[in-house]
Amino acid sequence: MAGSTLASATASPAAARPRVTPGAEAWRRFRKHRLAVVSLVLLSGIVLAVLVGPLVWTLPVDEIDFSAQLQSPSWAHPFGTDDLGQDILARVLHGGRISLAVGVAAMLVAVCVGVLVGAIAGMSRGRVDAALMWLTDLFLSLPELPLLLLIIYLFRDGLGQIVGPEAGVFIMIVAVIGGFRWMPVARLVRAQFFSLREKEFVEAARALGASRPRLVVRHILPNALGPVIVAATIDVAAAIIAESTLSFLGLGFPPDIPTWGRLLFDAKDNLDFAPHWAIFPGLAIFLTVLTINFIGDGLRDALDPRRVL
Amino acid sequence: MTNYVVRRLLIAIPSLLGISVILFTVLALAPGDPFEELATNPAIPPDVRAALRASLGLDDPVWTRYFSWLTAMLRGDWGYSFVSRVNVDQLILARLPTTLAIIGASQVLALAIALPVGVMAATRPYSVFDQVANTLAFIGFSLPTFFTGLLLILLFSITLDWLPFVYRADLTSTGWTWWGEQIRQSIMPVAVLGLFQGAAWTRFVRSAVLDVIRLDHVTTARAKGLPEGSVTLRHVVRNALIPVVTLVALQMPTVFGGAIVTEQIFRVPGIGSLLISAILANDTPVIMAVTFVFAGLVIFFNLLADVIYGWLDPRISYS
Repeated sequence: MAGSTLASATASPAAARPRVTPGAEAWRRFRKHRLAVVSLVLLSGIVLAVLVGPLVWTLPVDEIDFSAQLQSPSWAHPFGTDDLGQDILARVLHGGRISLAVGVAAMLVAVCVGVLVGAIAGMSRGRVDAALMWLTDLFLSLPELPLLLLIIYLFRDGLGQIVGPEAGVFIMIVAVIGGFRWMPVARLVRAQFFSLREKEFVEAARALGASRPRLVVRHILPNALGPVIVAATIDVAAAIIAESTLSFLGLGFPPDIPTWGRLLFDAKDNLDFAPHWAIFPGLAIFLTVLTINFIGDGLRDALDPRRVL
Repeated sequence: MTNYVVRRLLIAIPSLLGISVILFTVLALAPGDPFEELATNPAIPPDVRAALRASLGLDDPVWTRYFSWLTAMLRGDWGYSFVSRVNVDQLILARLPTTLAIIGASQVLALAIALPVGVMAATRPYSVFDQVANTLAFIGFSLPTFFTGLLLILLFSITLDWLPFVYRADLTSTGWTWWGEQIRQSIMPVAVLGLFQGAAWTRFVRSAVLDVIRLDHVTTARAKGLPEGSVTLRHVVRNALIPVVTLVALQMPTVFGGAIVTEQIFRVPGIGSLLISAILANDTPVIMAVTFVFAGLVIFFNLLADVIYGWLDPRISYS
């Protein structure tokens, strides 16, 4: 990071090991990061619960029952109930589907745009590169949350009329969150391309007559993917936080769709007599984000080719 | 030095223009008429409405509208709030100091945590202290600000009843009691923002120090027989701060995002809560102006980071 050389050269791993595939090698390194492995198990549990849970825990998310208002956790309602008597466990499970879907979809948008911009900038020199990097720096200095709020405020009704309120909000939130998170990926990809395109194997491929698209797709991009995968993992967590923040401010999904942030928004005025209402969705966000961040850290250990373990 | 700052200022102008283009494009592409609050009011007859549209320049070509909007923004003529019936710039100026005070205090808190903890962790890599600090840092920046805010309210306001959970701008007391109450009500908002940023920065500081600590000049400083503390402070930390300053500047948009959430939770009367209430009330001039102010603040802090960067890194020439 400081741009200087190390005091001593690292020893070359000379021992002749049996041949292993890159995937197996990465998995071997990933397993050494204990917290990352624990996180992977936990996150798989959360994802499974969110996917299968609503089939098992069949209480409806929107059944209003005033006789069961604001109950503390019990066997009938393990996470308690809210002010309309709706079961919070069912709402957390259902909301998790939306929160996770938004996180993954927004990450895909960010990674696609980032890889595209980074690859174009990294393969072209001079003006195109300079212009794209200026754009990247510009986006990096945009105030993300105020702009998200502004765009959602201005476009919410219009898009809702075209594709329906739920799909409209989903598409918009995914596009906007993804549209504000591609810059780190673009910078990473560009930096990788700059060093990779001068490497001997790329030169060899070029000498063999490979076209530019083939060079990029077959030779350079696969070698640049390691850091991108790490950034993409962490982007899922950031997108989940961004969506929850919007919903928490009351400006995300409409009230009848229970995302985790929306549950917290509804719960925050009842903290003094129904703390469970806020704690369970909050814990769900926290655990998901924490495990994703740890997995990202483990992947960094696993996919960084310079690291010698 | 002045030369360097002026050059940095000149580089900031295109970014500000770029942001203004993005803001204006968003506004121009928005379906419907953002000013329809005024224009569709049934109490206003059609000819008055047409005159109003013409006076607002809504029928001009896009680029004319952009330039008139931009000159108005630059002249400080930010329009008139639909809801509060006050000029937008007065509204913002009245609330900006609160926001800056909360953000400033929380950044000081974040640095006060991140610098010592990060340096301590990096000088003892993989020790128990390092591992505990690292795990806590991960937990710290995985806890979203809105959840920490609610948890702190639950613990300190509701269960323990130590701190007020509503920030009041109209404290009636004076002198030392005023300061006491002001600090008491600021503790939670500042802590929420500061702990979150501090956790993220601890990791930046740690990895930057780890990068520097293995370099030759550090070994030389030790070989000269300098005491360890002076090696760490004068030779390691100063160089490690260079990348940290860049990362901190890149975090500024996140900081402002966190400030909006925090102000909303604790009802701090700053420009973040102004933005949310303006959005809920469809108050377009206020929304645009607050977004513009946030953008300007981000650019200003990037500029500040550039200047600090130049002071820390002697390899950057001022001329």
